Amino acid sequence: MRMLRTAMQALWNGDRQADRVVPPSGFTAQLTLFAAATMAFLAVFALALSLASGRLADIWGQQLARTATIRVVAPIDQRAAQTSAALRILETTKGVASARALTDAEQQALLAPWFGADLAIDALPVPRLIEIVEDSNGMDVDGLRLRLAAEVPGAVLDNHSRWREPLVKAASRLRLLGWVSTVLIVASLAAMVTLAAHAALSANAQVIAVLRLVGATDGYIAQAFIRRFTLRALTGAAGGTAVGMLAILLLPTSTDTGAFLTGLGFQGWHWLVPLIVPFLSGGVAFAATGAAARRTLKGLA
Amino acid sequence: MIEFENVAYSYGGGELLSDVSVKLAPGSFHFLTGPSGSGKTTLMKLCYGALLPTAGHVSLFGNDVRNMDRDEIAMVRRRVGVVHQDCQFLNHLPLVENIGLPLTVSGRHAETGGEDLSELLSWVGLSNRKDALPPELSGGERQRAALARAVIMSPDVVLADEPTGNVDWEMSQRLLRLLVELNKMGKTVLIATHDLGLIRATKAQVQARVLRIANRRIQLAGADL
Repeated sequence: MRMLRTAMQALWNGDRQADRVVPPSGFTAQLTLFAAATMAFLAVFALALSLASGRLADIWGQQLARTATIRVVAPIDQRAAQTSAALRILETTKGVASARALTDAEQQALLAPWFGADLAIDALPVPRLIEIVEDSNGMDVDGLRLRLAAEVPGAVLDNHSRWREPLVKAASRLRLLGWVSTVLIVASLAAMVTLAAHAALSANAQVIAVLRLVGATDGYIAQAFIRRFTLRALTGAAGGTAVGMLAILLLPTSTDTGAFLTGLGFQGWHWLVPLIVPFLSGGVAFAATGAAARRTLKGLA
Repeated sequence: MIEFENVAYSYGGGELLSDVSVKLAPGSFHFLTGPSGSGKTTLMKLCYGALLPTAGHVSLFGNDVRNMDRDEIAMVRRRVGVVHQDCQFLNHLPLVENIGLPLTVSGRHAETGGEDLSELLSWVGLSNRKDALPPELSGGERQRAALARAVIMSPDVVLADEPTGNVDWEMSQRLLRLLVELNKMGKTVLIATHDLGLIRATKAQVQARVLRIANRRIQLAGADL
């Protein structure tokens, strides 16, 4: 605890003399810097994936959950009557905010990608679609389905759950995967810093012996290494985060046709989330180097 | 100040020191002599907590070394200046920073804003070598630098392990004069050496007690010295 407090104070205040007692180690320094930058870059992408997936899950879960569709599948001469009957039922159904039958033009637009724009929809047995928007209380889907079955035999209620649930589940899994990836990236950074710190401590056994000979405490020796590795991780991660955020910024912007892939970025306050990455990396390096130093110094006692 | 009571030290299954009882009183001057491998360096290391006894008690400034944690031992080392046999330095730092290292690690550099070491460098005759790196120094310069580093904290005790081992007679006399000077300033001095000429020369200048390690035990040396 005392070592932790000393290290935190030293990290904050800095000590030019203390920084000099450990010889500069170019290769280890560059390795730590590079590892921290790379890990931060990957962490930014993992966060972007996680946050974007979360957004999609919310959209699919909330917005689509409040809509439903009735398909009226009936012979052409009965289609209008059954559609009107279904709309009348919907008018008296609790939880339905609005309901309307799609116009021929709207249905034609829906089918246009497959059949072309000049489709003669009146001549085909295309089901009539009724769009339902639920109010905040929601409607009794099972009750409505029973009423429709009794009064409008050609009506089929689809509350989107069949395809919405797997999508929401997939998006939630992607979000979880993003967070797990972030945790793994941070853990990998901790492992790399531990290895680098351990190597640096072992390579400086002679330096440690001299420092002990002149009365240096373990806290002082550890602090010299902790400060060095923490600042390297912080600097590397700041660079990696900046590049990662720039890369996300340069991704193509979201469009209606490609919303899923082009939506993999940050929106609004989510842009602030990656800013924790450098500090998290610094904290991880601080803890990892401290643990490595304590272990090594105990072994060298 | 430093007291050994029935101390034994074993290493690799063999007993190197046995039943050693000795007391270094404040302001005293001691020589520790004996053949190579007799345990002189081991006994010196026991004096500043670098080794722990396998039996008996070593008391450093009134505290049993076994009951001290590593930080407490570090504090003891600030009161015990050590001139090591192989003069360990930080090779990447210039001499002046190596000599000031005890101040740096104890935080006194930060308190004083860096102490002026010129007087100390002049005392050991290294004023013109202050910016040299340790590998650039001769054996004698390294020994004097080690002595300067050992006394910079104004320690109560100065331990010197074969301080004249790598230097010529003239340099050894110079080092000896510095150690005698320290003793006259009230410091306790313990020098491990097998240089009998050095011991005789010192006894002409200061009242010194000679301890000899023989058969793993400490004996008070006789009139032959």
